[in-house]
Amino acid sequence: MIGVLGELLITAGVLVMLFLGWQLWWNDAIMAKEQSNAASEISQEWIEQDRLAQAEAEAEASASPDPDDDGETSSATDFGDPIVAAVPGNADAFAVLYVPRFGADYHRTVAEGTGHDVLNSTRLGIGHYPGTQMPGEVGNFAVAAHRSAYGGGMHLINELQLNDAIYVQTADGYYTYRYRDMEYVSPSVVEVIAPVPNAPDAAAVDRLITLTSCNPLLSTAERIIAYGVFESWQPTSAGAPTDLAPIIAAQAAG
Amino acid sequence: MYLALWRVLPGPLWLRILLALLLLVGALYALATWVFPWVELLVNNQEATVGSP
Repeated sequence: MIGVLGELLITAGVLVMLFLGWQLWWNDAIMAKEQSNAASEISQEWIEQDRLAQAEAEAEASASPDPDDDGETSSATDFGDPIVAAVPGNADAFAVLYVPRFGADYHRTVAEGTGHDVLNSTRLGIGHYPGTQMPGEVGNFAVAAHRSAYGGGMHLINELQLNDAIYVQTADGYYTYRYRDMEYVSPSVVEVIAPVPNAPDAAAVDRLITLTSCNPLLSTAERIIAYGVFESWQPTSAGAPTDLAPIIAAQAAG
Repeated sequence: MYLALWRVLPGPLWLRILLALLLLVGALYALATWVFPWVELLVNNQEATVGSP
């Protein structure tokens, strides 16, 4: 009888270990792959939509040719203030995040809301804090993702280095942010996602992006907060920023 | 427990090893497909957001 009890206890221990392995690596890898594929799909869809819209506009404009348009999109143009999209409904995908520091093929879908329906989704993965600003808007575009398990959208957030590019692609275009600094806070510090982080009453003048995730790794005791500042934006028709273009092209190739 | 299971398995040694491995693979598949996803919902305490309790 003791033998049976011992075997049951060992089995229980093995099951717990198996579950952790499954959650942190096996299912994590599967979800990361699924989220990545879903993000590629939505990104390609936006580019295709824009291509069709451009072709349509060109067909209409051919009657009255524009002297500036010689068929080639000009580079290094100032596109003015970025387009700010309307706030989407809960769990609606509206952006794709690219952080080359997280890996050349890293891309994840950003959806509205930070509930489990977004962060634990096999399609989405990154949640936009409701009430914070949209990409390109003056204020703070704040998003959250898991550090480990569920696809681990922010697994390598601690590896960000000064001036690292953080790209946000939407149906309208590409918003480039540059990583600036990091902060570690307790989970209750909501001031980090204020329009001016840590100064909730101040009026925003800068366009910021804030990434939040768990810290330390495999724990939920603290939150790791990464801030970036807006650098530039360009509409979809102008193509992706130089450093992002090969990543987008790789997506198109599958 | 596992010894009794081993005794129940029929056939020569190679067949019993094969059957035992098949049982193990079946158990792992059932765990990964049905049991672990269900357990994950029960123990979901992973939070990545600020402002959460």
